[in-house]
Amino acid sequence: MSTSHASPRETTEGTVYTVTGGDWDEVVQTAARADDERIVVNMGPQHPSTHGVLRLILEIDGETVTEARCGIGYLHTGIEKNLEYRTWTQGTTFVTRMDYLTSFFNETAYCLGVEKLLGIEDQIPDRATIIRVLLMELNRLSSHLVCIATGGMELGATTIMIYGFRDRELILDIYELITGLRMNHAYIRPGGLAQDLPPGAVDQIREFVKKMRKNLPEYDKLATGNPIFKARMQDVGYLDLAGCMALGATGPILRSTGLPHDLRKAQPYCGYETYDFDIPTADTCDSYGRFLIRLEEMRQSLRIVEQCLDRLQPGPVMVADKKIAWPAQLALGPDGLGNSLDHIKNIMGTSMEALIHHFKLVTEGFRVPPGQAYTAVESPKGELGVHVVSDGGTRPYRVHFRDPSFTNLQAMAAMCEGGQVADVIVAVASIDPVMGGVDR
Amino acid sequence: MSDANGAGGSDGVNPEKDLSAENLPGQRGQGGEEIRVQRGMFGATEGGDTSGYGGLVRSVRLPGPAARPYGGPRGGGAYGYFDEVADELEGALEEQDLLPENAIEKTVVDRGELTFHIEREHLVRVARTLRDDPALRFELCTGVSGVHYPNDKGRELHAVYHLRSITHNRLIRLEVSAPDSDPHIPSLFSVYPTNDWHERETYDFYGIVFDGHPALTRIMMPDDWPGHPQRKDYPLGGIPVEYKGAQIPAPDQRRSYS
Repeated sequence: MSTSHASPRETTEGTVYTVTGGDWDEVVQTAARADDERIVVNMGPQHPSTHGVLRLILEIDGETVTEARCGIGYLHTGIEKNLEYRTWTQGTTFVTRMDYLTSFFNETAYCLGVEKLLGIEDQIPDRATIIRVLLMELNRLSSHLVCIATGGMELGATTIMIYGFRDRELILDIYELITGLRMNHAYIRPGGLAQDLPPGAVDQIREFVKKMRKNLPEYDKLATGNPIFKARMQDVGYLDLAGCMALGATGPILRSTGLPHDLRKAQPYCGYETYDFDIPTADTCDSYGRFLIRLEEMRQSLRIVEQCLDRLQPGPVMVADKKIAWPAQLALGPDGLGNSLDHIKNIMGTSMEALIHHFKLVTEGFRVPPGQAYTAVESPKGELGVHVVSDGGTRPYRVHFRDPSFTNLQAMAAMCEGGQVADVIVAVASIDPVMGGVDR
Repeated sequence: MSDANGAGGSDGVNPEKDLSAENLPGQRGQGGEEIRVQRGMFGATEGGDTSGYGGLVRSVRLPGPAARPYGGPRGGGAYGYFDEVADELEGALEEQDLLPENAIEKTVVDRGELTFHIEREHLVRVARTLRDDPALRFELCTGVSGVHYPNDKGRELHAVYHLRSITHNRLIRLEVSAPDSDPHIPSLFSVYPTNDWHERETYDFYGIVFDGHPALTRIMMPDDWPGHPQRKDYPLGGIPVEYKGAQIPAPDQRRSYS
């Protein structure tokens, strides 16, 4: 027996094979020779096709998965605990890093919660709300693109990966123009936005929408009708409506069972009831249906983005209440984005009161009346809920994120058990878990 | 700021001002559990606060129980879907020979959200009723969120559940509490299997033991981790960092204004 790739090692729990690549046949042969018929394969936490540091523990019999379990927690960063030691505004800097592919959704959900506790939902300027919707829909596009790109790559369809990341790059350029960063923006703040759209942003987004409308059919041409792609995706990762309800699965997984449940329609927030868009569904309950839904949702997102651009009117992007609104005006200086020189001149040279006000709001923050609130937004992965509790102080007392990746990943076992090992990859890709959101 | 007339402000009320019920912001500041006593305003403890607020002592309370009618969003009149849910739930519990006042400790309506505080021994039955009754049909549970109130004596640990009804397009909250000395709450796994991982997470971070959970193990922290990190008595940790010549203390050592 060759020991180059999968060397066996005796432990108290039986023979352990350490797999290092290109050696599947060897593992199967060695296992076939052993008395023990049950093989437990540890896939991950470092594996190119497990979407980050996800550990899958598969019990296999031949090529069939008899039991599948997830090991998570490898990316736990204690964000919820950390939030309790920062001001409410600083919180956005943390939550944007949770599910790093859906930053704007995390920020919006959190800010909606804080605004609900403050009781200022009605005072958020229209322009700020429209820009939030605009960024969320762009974010939906970029998240779905990554899902389709990495999902394709895991099937060996590297062209889809190149296409997906090519188009996502266009969106990241827009983020960079608007927020200064490609990821981890902290752009949406309690009360509004960190700053207004820079000049040229609207034109660049319009340009992007035009380009994306041309690029989207390429995914159809490449994948939708592709027999290999269909053979790998159809009837794989099956989860029906009862399963979704029991396991709490939302988002494309739930909509692939035919139920058009989308919080943007069911419990509208940020004025979604005034936008014209459709909720795509499928009735196949499988990975292929979820793929088609994501593709169609991207088209619908483009529609919403265009409506947002048409609605944008000049105006403030931060709540008028000076006891909540961030006092600093930001401007682009030679060393990047920072407090504008006019603002510095005012607080340092002209107005003592403005300096005190700035200092107190920036260091101390604002107080939020005691109580709790739950706000939820429809992220690309499903219901992203935020439970915020305030004790009347300047820091959150407790913030809990109900991340859709965390809940949806529980469905992995139901989707994979009884199927083939190769289908596990497809099923997990169709759940689209992002470990930053799962582990937080 | 909008909470300026909160818990401690009642002494300074202008007697001329019309304080009829409709002008008061709900029951905020009265009736609810005291979760904290605020002393001073600026976090200075050793006489450094010369603002005049140094002697301020204020009890911080969560919103207290609400009186009928509860109302509810998009209800139109005073009788909204909150009343409908409460009526249906009370009726359904009575049908099962369970007195609603034994199961529902109190009902809170705050910020357009309805919260039922449930006695822990009746939690599973209430949840099953909420899920199965055709007039209620809360099919989807969005998991558990633990909250630790060390000053709420005898009810330190709270488990908060948000239930969503897709049939009726409604959202409610259940809140259950347990004392630190007996941190047991029945598991909702049998009613909502989605709570499997959520309960493991809440156990991991708060030490709440969900009785009846099939495999209550840690999920985020390593299996041999001592303590439950998101409890208020568990320190955040961290080390001081030097920045531009100054020592910046760890986040949990910095001045807190609360």
